[in-house]
Amino acid sequence: MKRRQFIEQSAAATALVTLGGFGLQSCTASTKTKKITILHTNDVHSHIDAFGPEDGRNANQGGVARRATLVESIRNENPNTLLLDAGDIFQGTPYFNYYGGELEFKLMSKLKYDAATIGNHDFDNGIDGLYAQLPHAEFKFLSANYDFKNTIMDTHVKPYHIFIKDGIKIGVFGLGIKLDGLVNKNMYKETNYLDPIEIAQDMTRILKDEEHCDLIICLSHLGYHYRRSPDKISDLNLAKATKNIDLIIGGHTHTFLPKPTVAQNVDGKNVLVNQVGCYGINLGRIDFYFDAEKNKTANGTSIIV
Amino acid sequence: MKLNAFFILFIVASLTACKQNQKHLSKIEGKQLPITDSIAINADFDSLIAPYRKSLNKDMNAVLSFAPKTYTKNDGEYNTAIGNLMADIVYTQGNIVFNKRTNNNIDAVILNHGGIRSIISKGNITTETAFQVMPFENSIVVVALKGQQLDSMADYLRQAKKAHPISGMTLELDKNFNITKTLVQGKPIIKDKTYYLATNDYLYDGGDRMRFFKPNDSVYYLDYKIRNAMIDYFKKNDTINPKIDNRFIQTK
Repeated sequence: MKRRQFIEQSAAATALVTLGGFGLQSCTASTKTKKITILHTNDVHSHIDAFGPEDGRNANQGGVARRATLVESIRNENPNTLLLDAGDIFQGTPYFNYYGGELEFKLMSKLKYDAATIGNHDFDNGIDGLYAQLPHAEFKFLSANYDFKNTIMDTHVKPYHIFIKDGIKIGVFGLGIKLDGLVNKNMYKETNYLDPIEIAQDMTRILKDEEHCDLIICLSHLGYHYRRSPDKISDLNLAKATKNIDLIIGGHTHTFLPKPTVAQNVDGKNVLVNQVGCYGINLGRIDFYFDAEKNKTANGTSIIV
Repeated sequence: MKLNAFFILFIVASLTACKQNQKHLSKIEGKQLPITDSIAINADFDSLIAPYRKSLNKDMNAVLSFAPKTYTKNDGEYNTAIGNLMADIVYTQGNIVFNKRTNNNIDAVILNHGGIRSIISKGNITTETAFQVMPFENSIVVVALKGQQLDSMADYLRQAKKAHPISGMTLELDKNFNITKTLVQGKPIIKDKTYYLATNDYLYDGGDRMRFFKPNDSVYYLDYKIRNAMIDYFKKNDTINPKIDNRFIQTK
């Protein structure tokens, strides 16, 4: 993880030096469009192998070794790509029962995942079971509303991280679901759940107003929407109650969407909400295109889904 | 990496110069890419998975026992062969550990019908069968309860009208769902006697709205997973022979 961080940083420094070398002129002249690709999964639930040909519902779908081919080809096409996961990496096949999540984390590291948030099932071997697998994870764990201060996970989970790709600042923060009633207390121990909306407001203030991020992404395991409890906190409700989030990548409800949802935030601006079902059957892909300010069109941002 | 002051200054200067030149988000494109068998398998990843898969499959395919027929949780009204098998496994396997630890014996068992996650198919029973029937990591818990709480449990079963698996007890309902007989170890329940009721930690914590476990005299966590109890039982019995019986019935 250290090594990758270093490479990222030195790459950024190199870019700046080049920029500096050309002086002011290059700043005003940099009119080329920049493209950031966000790839995402959620609720993979230890589905390392593809479903078998006999499976009643998902025959021959999914599989990490196939996802790897797809991710690699997209990275070749656009190196300015982030790969993210919205939680529930664990539990669902004997790979988890046998190896406790070791292989899941090793494969995600090899796939060069940049960050993941923590789902309720990631506590299925207890918070100690999650901690035990951390040496296999070369990606970041992000959760802003789980306070791990009084647990073994303290200092191993960050609320947010800022990635810089092609000079674009991308702030990513994580949100987890309320654990009480969903996970046994002796599994999550002293993990303290904080209000997702209040925390999201804090995060966007930091990432937008203080850090001046160009793009803000929320990795959420809150669930897409609850039809029977429409007021329960969910990705759609989070989108409505906050501002400055560009994309919410969701999980938990195993929601298959025909296309990403365009929701409106508290300022009436568009927020993209996406989730790609479960079990590694799909990979989500969102491309963000940036122009220099002077090329700004009157239409603002066009969204094609 | 050591940066000299001039270098840093240079970066800061370039950053400030560019600051007004904010990037504008002009377009967003979103789509979902299905992972299908038309995408090639990355051999590098597959070879990392292979040793895990091989060792897993060796275990999963190990033949432990034999099922003379197919058992499903729907083949009975208030008790089923597969449910009786599960409850009896918790009773016999759980008691080995419980008796060693406390010198007491389990009196009765209750599990939940929904906790039977798969059928047992006619033919070889493998480790995978145990994982299919019981994919969760739940363990056996023994609760010391007074007789009157076993009555509350009987009342729960009466109202649930479901084949929740039980062992060590007999429960009879009449056609109006009134309890006509409750026996534990073949004897009527004595209200202030202590009984040892085995279940799993999910139900003990209120799963399936089973709220009769609390308050209690004491709880014993056996650290023995239901699935492992099944695997141990299958290893000891080369053929299973579970049957629907009279442990929980309704007289018409």
